[in-house]
Amino acid sequence: MSRAEQIVSGLARRQRAEKRFRAYGITAILLGMSFLVLLFTSIIANGYQAFTQTYIELPIYFDPEVIDPNGDRDPQALFSADYWKLVKTSMYQQFPQVSGRSGRREVTRIMSGGSAFDLRERVIENPDLIGTTQRVWLVADDDIDMLMKGYIDREVPEDERRLNDRMIGYVDTLDEAGIVERKFNTTFFTAGDSREPEQAGILGALMGSFLTLIVTLLLSFPIGVAAAIYLEEFAPRNRFIDLIEININNLAAVPSIIFGLLGLAIFINWFGMPRSTPVVGGLVLTLMTLPTIIIASRVSIQAVPPSIKEAALGVGASRMQAMFHHVLPIAMPGMLTGTIIGMAQALGESAPLLMIGMVAFIVEPPSGFTDPATALPVQIYLWSDSPERGFTERTSAAILVLLAFLVTMNATAVYLRKKIAKRF
Amino acid sequence: MDTTEALDMPIPDQLEETVISGKKDIDLTTVGDYTTENPRMKIRDVNVFYGAKQAVFDVNLDIGSNSVVSMIGPSGCGKTTLLRCLNRMNDTIDGCRVEGRVEMDGKNVYARKVDPVLLRARVGMVFQKPNPFPKSIFDNVAYGPRIHGLVRDRTDLEEIVHTSLERAGLLDEVKDRLDQPGTGLSGGQQQRLCIARAIAVSPEVILMDEPCSALDPIATARIEELIGELRKNFSIAIVTHSMQQAARVSQRTAYFHLGYLVEVGPTKDIFTMPKHQLTEEYITGRFG
Repeated sequence: MSRAEQIVSGLARRQRAEKRFRAYGITAILLGMSFLVLLFTSIIANGYQAFTQTYIELPIYFDPEVIDPNGDRDPQALFSADYWKLVKTSMYQQFPQVSGRSGRREVTRIMSGGSAFDLRERVIENPDLIGTTQRVWLVADDDIDMLMKGYIDREVPEDERRLNDRMIGYVDTLDEAGIVERKFNTTFFTAGDSREPEQAGILGALMGSFLTLIVTLLLSFPIGVAAAIYLEEFAPRNRFIDLIEININNLAAVPSIIFGLLGLAIFINWFGMPRSTPVVGGLVLTLMTLPTIIIASRVSIQAVPPSIKEAALGVGASRMQAMFHHVLPIAMPGMLTGTIIGMAQALGESAPLLMIGMVAFIVEPPSGFTDPATALPVQIYLWSDSPERGFTERTSAAILVLLAFLVTMNATAVYLRKKIAKRF
Repeated sequence: MDTTEALDMPIPDQLEETVISGKKDIDLTTVGDYTTENPRMKIRDVNVFYGAKQAVFDVNLDIGSNSVVSMIGPSGCGKTTLLRCLNRMNDTIDGCRVEGRVEMDGKNVYARKVDPVLLRARVGMVFQKPNPFPKSIFDNVAYGPRIHGLVRDRTDLEEIVHTSLERAGLLDEVKDRLDQPGTGLSGGQQQRLCIARAIAVSPEVILMDEPCSALDPIATARIEELIGELRKNFSIAIVTHSMQQAARVSQRTAYFHLGYLVEVGPTKDIFTMPKHQLTEEYITGRFG
């Protein structure tokens, strides 16, 4: 057998091996993609209904006797008036045949308690409403919402479902009158948490996550990059520095809840910082993110060809100038990649935030770094733990918001990275 | 030559076994006159160590004003190491230690008070592989004058950039695209850009570390021609593997072997009548 024949005889086997390997690769990617599709379909299928909500249009008489008995438009009086009474009165008018305490309570249960707050806002915004009758779209109770979305099965025996036949009858009557409608759920994007699903919103958690991540980014990026530059460029080579390097690598593998405990002990108990706040959350997540950013930054500094640094030193740049003028700009895209990974981790982190009290029930969206807040993953955890059917779909909707936040954040970073990379 | 290469340099006592068989007892003390009239820099009794390994042994050599001295010798003979002592580029290598004196204006550049930043502004360097910054051609040349604060305004800077590019023989080729990245030029152009960058800070000495080893013959010829021009204004020390190049561009030649300066003298003497046996064997191509 000649040499060429020898090679040819082995060729087929080599090509088969390559084909097999490609098939493995494609299978792996398809498998990954299908899991991703499964994940997204399940989340979207569960969550998309949460973006609409059932509203009922009621004629509301803004009774001056109830809202403003003194007739002086005192804001304090307007604020503390009993608007729920207006809703009740209107509902009784819808069903004049219903009498008796328990029957009337069933009628009012159709509406959400939040509709009273809605009316209050309208009156405070426009006090001229007092004394008039307006047709107003008001939020229905979450059970009614679930009924309209088809989550309550009418075939199930009456005592096994949350709404009895009478209440379903009332809702059907309203529906036939054409005053029940599904509208876009603005509450979900403008409110904080609530015990009532129809009044609960994601804004509080979103703001909490946003403020926390601002603190994390502002601290961890400069500190991480500075540490990486020092370790790569200026640190003497000795045992102490070796020890530091080993510890940084180990810290990257420490479970995040440990950082939460550390934050609780140091920042809250020792430094006396306010608990449940984005500033403490940001500090804790900074500790958690730093190792990732330092390691990624060091690797990207090492990846810069040494000839660039030598060229700068050769014309008389100081070590710092060589670093900041030449090495850092080239290493920056890599550093940003590390930062994206770190920030994405921080965004999805709930365990350390539980330790520092960001798991609290917070109705008012935070407006500053020291306001009590919660974060998106913690909110998801809290809602997933609630029994109401309305929270189940809100859990999935909150996951969608979290993913959208993540995608926006990463897209921004990728855009910045592209822009920086283009400049050099 | 980059940092890792310098560290991976074969260490002399290993080489000794392999290079010239049966000639271990050869006398390696310098033959010829290492001094020159009107020296710009003086190397005196310099020993260089990488950790425990010694790479350069007791070298004495003058770098003459407005002349070119070439350093030749087989790989690992310490010529690049010695060259990098002249502007203290060896400082950047971990574990590299220099003993002895390297004098400029009668002062040791390794003295405590000397700032390597100032030294490197006075002693410029051109590297083996063209290493322009990944910035525009203009910014490449303007970088040195900018960081040293040598210019008052944009007009000054533009003038320096233009004269430097002109002296490096590159102006005609790039004057219409000064804002294009320097890395987009051909290899030879890149190396001339690096030369322009080095002369933009008006150094007194230019060190060239095998500046043509990555270039084709035509680009090499242009650089060599340029070295002849630059000699009028600068003192030049060049490390080269090409003996023809040494013969063409330099006035003095130093032959290194295993870290020792074996022979030094006027270039024409070295190549026509070498005094040392090793020099003769090297230039006649018997090893190296």
